[in-house]
Amino acid sequence: MDGGVGYVDMDALKATELRLGLPGSDPPEKPPPTTTTTARPTKRSLDEDRAARREPSEGGRATSTRATKAQVVGWPPIRSYRKNSFQAMKAAAEAAGLYVKVSMDGAPYLRKIDLEVYKGYKELREALEDMFKCFEGCKGSEYAITYEDKDGDLMLVGDVPWEMFTSSCKKLRIIRGAEAIRGLGSSQ
Amino acid sequence: MTYFPEEVVEHIFGFLSSHRDRNVVSTVCKAWYRVERLSRRSVFVGNCYAVRPGRVMARFPGMKCLSVKGKPHFADFNLVPHDWGGFALPWIEVAARGCPGLEELRLKRMVVSDESLELLARSFPNLKALVLVSCEGFSTDGLAAIATHCRGLRELDLQENEVEDHGRQWLSCFPDSCTSLESLNFACLKGEVNACALERLVARCVNLRSLKLNRAISVESLARILARTPHLVELGTGSFTVEHRAEAYQRLIHAFRKCKSLKSLSGFWDIAPRCLQAIYSICPNLIVLNLSYAPAIQGADLVKLIRHCFKLQKLWVLDCIGDKGLAVVASSCKELLELRVFPSDIYGTGTAAVTEEGLVAISSGCSKLNSLLYFCHQMTNAALITVAKNCTHFTRFRLCILDPGKPDPDTNQPLDEGFGAIVRSCKDLRRLSLSGLLTDKVFLYIGEYAAHLEMLSIAFAGDSDKGMVYVLNGCKNLRKLEIRDSPFGDAALLENVGKYETMRSLWMSSCDVTLGGCKALAAKMPRLNVEVINDRDDSDEMEENPSDMHKVEKMYVYRTLAGARNDAPEFVEIL
Repeated sequence: MDGGVGYVDMDALKATELRLGLPGSDPPEKPPPTTTTTARPTKRSLDEDRAARREPSEGGRATSTRATKAQVVGWPPIRSYRKNSFQAMKAAAEAAGLYVKVSMDGAPYLRKIDLEVYKGYKELREALEDMFKCFEGCKGSEYAITYEDKDGDLMLVGDVPWEMFTSSCKKLRIIRGAEAIRGLGSSQ
Repeated sequence: MTYFPEEVVEHIFGFLSSHRDRNVVSTVCKAWYRVERLSRRSVFVGNCYAVRPGRVMARFPGMKCLSVKGKPHFADFNLVPHDWGGFALPWIEVAARGCPGLEELRLKRMVVSDESLELLARSFPNLKALVLVSCEGFSTDGLAAIATHCRGLRELDLQENEVEDHGRQWLSCFPDSCTSLESLNFACLKGEVNACALERLVARCVNLRSLKLNRAISVESLARILARTPHLVELGTGSFTVEHRAEAYQRLIHAFRKCKSLKSLSGFWDIAPRCLQAIYSICPNLIVLNLSYAPAIQGADLVKLIRHCFKLQKLWVLDCIGDKGLAVVASSCKELLELRVFPSDIYGTGTAAVTEEGLVAISSGCSKLNSLLYFCHQMTNAALITVAKNCTHFTRFRLCILDPGKPDPDTNQPLDEGFGAIVRSCKDLRRLSLSGLLTDKVFLYIGEYAAHLEMLSIAFAGDSDKGMVYVLNGCKNLRKLEIRDSPFGDAALLENVGKYETMRSLWMSSCDVTLGGCKALAAKMPRLNVEVINDRDDSDEMEENPSDMHKVEKMYVYRTLAGARNDAPEFVEIL
């Protein structure tokens, strides 16, 4: 893999290069970055940034060597008004918790739980068992926990990582009886 | 034409709607200058520091409409320190003394105090229109003054201002006799508003055609308002928090059905996806739709809606619409002229919401597209070349790849060729914003092909001074050039100093320009203000007399007839 970025012929470029010196004299070496440009914690040094862009990295894809995007002032170029609206909305959504309805086949009413309270599937299952144990019939506890995701599809709980689940789960549904057994059987 | 009497010349000038055309005819000869200036009704001042207010009023005594812009564009992204300037008060004071006939005032990116709004209201009781865009420095008290004194107000349009909330009573200050409002926009206000007063106000303003509410207005109130304003053309909804089975929601659907003239919709904060159904009846007539403040609406919900909007010309959405959603837009909205796709997840890594695929899809379906603002995670040269082939009518093309300096992910090449294709193909391009990995080559292309380019925004791009020089030498119609974090230094800055007098302004921040270079520019060009803006945190570190080799963090250069301004804060040095 070569330099990774396509530059024009360097000699030709050099011949037409603009300089402050007389033609024929060599351009002075670029001075090292001054202390003022590197001291500020909220900004990246321009030279660091350019060095990062020019160096080829393994794998061919020139990835960013910046620590976090948030350190670049004024980037991405979004009006503060819009940024502030977003932060407010995000905060409101986060504070409100992740409440989803839980329905159980045969139960006369639904429940609501806050998914953010649980750390993982085990805790969720335990909580649901606890919540619905009064409705379990004498047939025992054959059931499958399913959820409706963003696209409206009915999915089995437990397939995806917990965070992915909480961000896409819109409501929970506990399926009981024959349907559940059949479904569980095919997945094992 | 010099043989025509002045009245005829004036009459002919009346057909010139563009202020630029009028500026040009006024330079033909003294007679035309005189006729033009006395008959000018609408004046546009693109930079409040380019000319003194007094001079404007003296030249155009018959002025009825005044537009003034203050801070440079990069102020929108917090690159300009808070109290840099751009005060509206001097303009309002001078207008109050010298321009009694003023009827419309439009201010953008200016600092507007309550005191100036008071003065405006008292001095111009016949004010017909006040439009404030991206301004700050005032509160609802200032609005109260306007509502109280401007009896015949037709338009009060507040767009994305930072307004301090001093209570809800300002709206009640519109007297019962006020029936003239045609356009009211207070969407940017954060506080509560007196809903009853609002409902009464809209009911008695029978000519009201544009109404944009703020987030505090409930759905119940919205339903009542819509029932009284069935002739509305533009609506910004308030908060759309409602259970879709609630009675209020049903009333809302009913009210929307009655609004047969609605062509523009915005707002929709907090809206739940299910509630979008309320506006299905309006979609076939929609020309403008702004859903960019509704992050709860994901691609699938949006798509159901957009399919009905076949007359849509302007669409603002969040990137949760996804590439697939954009494909639906492309197949449904054949009349689309303007598209803006904003990022919904600014700081997180998140999933790639829209990529080059979405843009290519749009371009193949919406060939009339002339204005684009597109935030995405990646872009390829191939995609841009395809877009350039499909859409040749771009006048505004702004692409923001969220990761600065990111190359084409397929080829690892810079995006020079892609943007080059855009400028070659879109001969009417007036505004361009670049992003991604770019070398000097892209500027060579821009200088050569972008003949009508007026505004260029550059960030993290280029290799050497040559890049900037290509642009300065090539783009004959360049008016505004703003550059950040790019390796352009004194050689580029000083290469074509005369150019800056043909432009409104030049902004350079985090580049390689030194104090010495700025001083040299200021010395050569006395009719430019060369402002060196120092960041606050710098003032402790910096020595008393920084050397000329010291790199300037922020520089703002603009042509001016007014000389150095006298309201600059201490962190701004005018050379």
